[in-house]
Amino acid sequence: MQAKRTLILLAALATISLATAIFIFGPRSADRWTEAEVAMLRTLWLGSLPPLPPDPSNRYADDPRAIALGERLFFDARFSNNGRVACGTCHLPELGFQDGLPLAQGIGTTDRRTMPIAGMAYSPWLFWDGRKDSLWAQALGPLENPVEHGGTRAQYAHLIAAHYRSEYEALFGPLPDLSGVPASAGPAADPAARAAWDAMTPAAQEAVTRIYVNMGKAIAAFERTIMPGPSRFDAYVQALLEGDTRTMRASLTADEVAGLRLFIDRANCIQCHNGPLLTDNDFHNTAVPDAPGLPQDTGRAAGAQLVLADEFNCLSPYSDAAPQQCAELRFILSEGEELLRAFKPPSLRNVAERPPYMHAGQFATLQEVIMHYHLAPPAPAGHSQLEPLHLSPRERAQLLAFLQALSEVSD
Amino acid sequence: MQKTALTILVTALTTAVLTVALLLFLLPAMGPTLMHQRMAETMPATPLRGPMGGMGMMHGMMSSATPADLNTSTSRLSDQGLFQVSFTNDLDPVAINQMHSWTLYVETADGQPVENATITVSGGMPQHGHGLPTRPQVTEYLGNGRYLVEGLRFQMSGWWEVTFTIEAAGQKDTITFNILLGG
Repeated sequence: MQAKRTLILLAALATISLATAIFIFGPRSADRWTEAEVAMLRTLWLGSLPPLPPDPSNRYADDPRAIALGERLFFDARFSNNGRVACGTCHLPELGFQDGLPLAQGIGTTDRRTMPIAGMAYSPWLFWDGRKDSLWAQALGPLENPVEHGGTRAQYAHLIAAHYRSEYEALFGPLPDLSGVPASAGPAADPAARAAWDAMTPAAQEAVTRIYVNMGKAIAAFERTIMPGPSRFDAYVQALLEGDTRTMRASLTADEVAGLRLFIDRANCIQCHNGPLLTDNDFHNTAVPDAPGLPQDTGRAAGAQLVLADEFNCLSPYSDAAPQQCAELRFILSEGEELLRAFKPPSLRNVAERPPYMHAGQFATLQEVIMHYHLAPPAPAGHSQLEPLHLSPRERAQLLAFLQALSEVSD
Repeated sequence: MQKTALTILVTALTTAVLTVALLLFLLPAMGPTLMHQRMAETMPATPLRGPMGGMGMMHGMMSSATPADLNTSTSRLSDQGLFQVSFTNDLDPVAINQMHSWTLYVETADGQPVENATITVSGGMPQHGHGLPTRPQVTEYLGNGRYLVEGLRFQMSGWWEVTFTIEAAGQKDTITFNILLGG
């Protein structure tokens, strides 16, 4: 009798232990995904990122010497009007190559937020409005912008000759004689620099611009090496694909998984934030409000016209691409209501690490961003793609939790 | 009696601890095995196939509103029956966010290749009310009724329409292809 009772007790205890163990360590119901969902998650996984696409417009794009030179130029503050602004002044490596400010601060203050650089080599369009179509053309914009680096291309050509002659010539061939070139000249906003530029011969202008373009191509080669690293979300998807429930549980909490489910489903995030970089690199009007004190920003409507007219675009003489390799520019959508106030969605990788948000830092926190998409206010101008999401406070918290799981895991 | 109870308790606790320990020890090996069976039922046989591969993969968000009987054929008779139109594309399977080209084949209803047609392209996502993110164009006549369409890029998964307006020998007709894009 005693033995039987002991046996029953033991069996009961064993069963309870087993149930508890399965509850704690077994698969969670939150981790059940349909076939289509698994396929969708795979497309968002960093492991699905294809190899870096070639940049036919920059024949130095993958040259290690260009990468090394570009890295030095990127952090060299001499390439500015006051000797204090480098690319790395706003694109701070320790902050994910951005500055954490609503509006970028160079010589002056710009009208837009500094964009992060990681994975940007995958984007056909650069800047919030896509007014440049290559990394090298992009890099040349701020260098001559009066409120960013504020210098001129003649000034930069002299700096290259003085400080980078051997590295430059090893890559791009001999530097031209710059003795007749003014210390500062360029087709920039500054009237004196402009007048000095206009007084130069077309051949001298061309020689200086060629050096300027090569600087951009070296900086772009360096920027191509800046890539995002895997996050807990990526560990989760990899574990899902491998059927490793334990790692799935260890990678994302139940709330983060619920947030992921909202991300790919009811919250419609993947309409724009898709692919392994969590951006489609296209342009969308999501009713982001105007920034106080700034002129109305028309976004892609202006950006499309600017890139078509850009002296450094893919079809320009400074591009190394054959015209047929410039498909994005040749088939650009350059007119239409949908371009008005449309902006490029940034990659959401590391998004929690870089407040404030939107093209002029209009939202201080991710909570504000989520509330904006939840409420879907009408667009200040143009047509908003948003529809109200009807998320509960708990669901908004879950979405936030998921976005925080997109940060790179340092190991 | 008290001693017996203590023995039972100690034995029970030891059993419980051992059971949990055994499970913990075995889970790394057991877990994936158990899951693999379930995954085998749910995982696609091949990773992601686009509609051009013969199967459109729909995502949950869209599936409710996408017509169940949507014609995703890549060969169709134009709206007024003037032309039989088909296409192939150079990106198979079609993926989002990648620029690619189509080759359009246009023949008359009775199977003769249509030469020198003027063809324009439009399209968009009917459920989202937006057009194509690019402005694709016919850039080259490849001969034998075949036309090169360059500049197509889809930037999200779901139901896309691509419409061709074809004008040849004074006759004009349109045809819309439906694309169901996964991932």
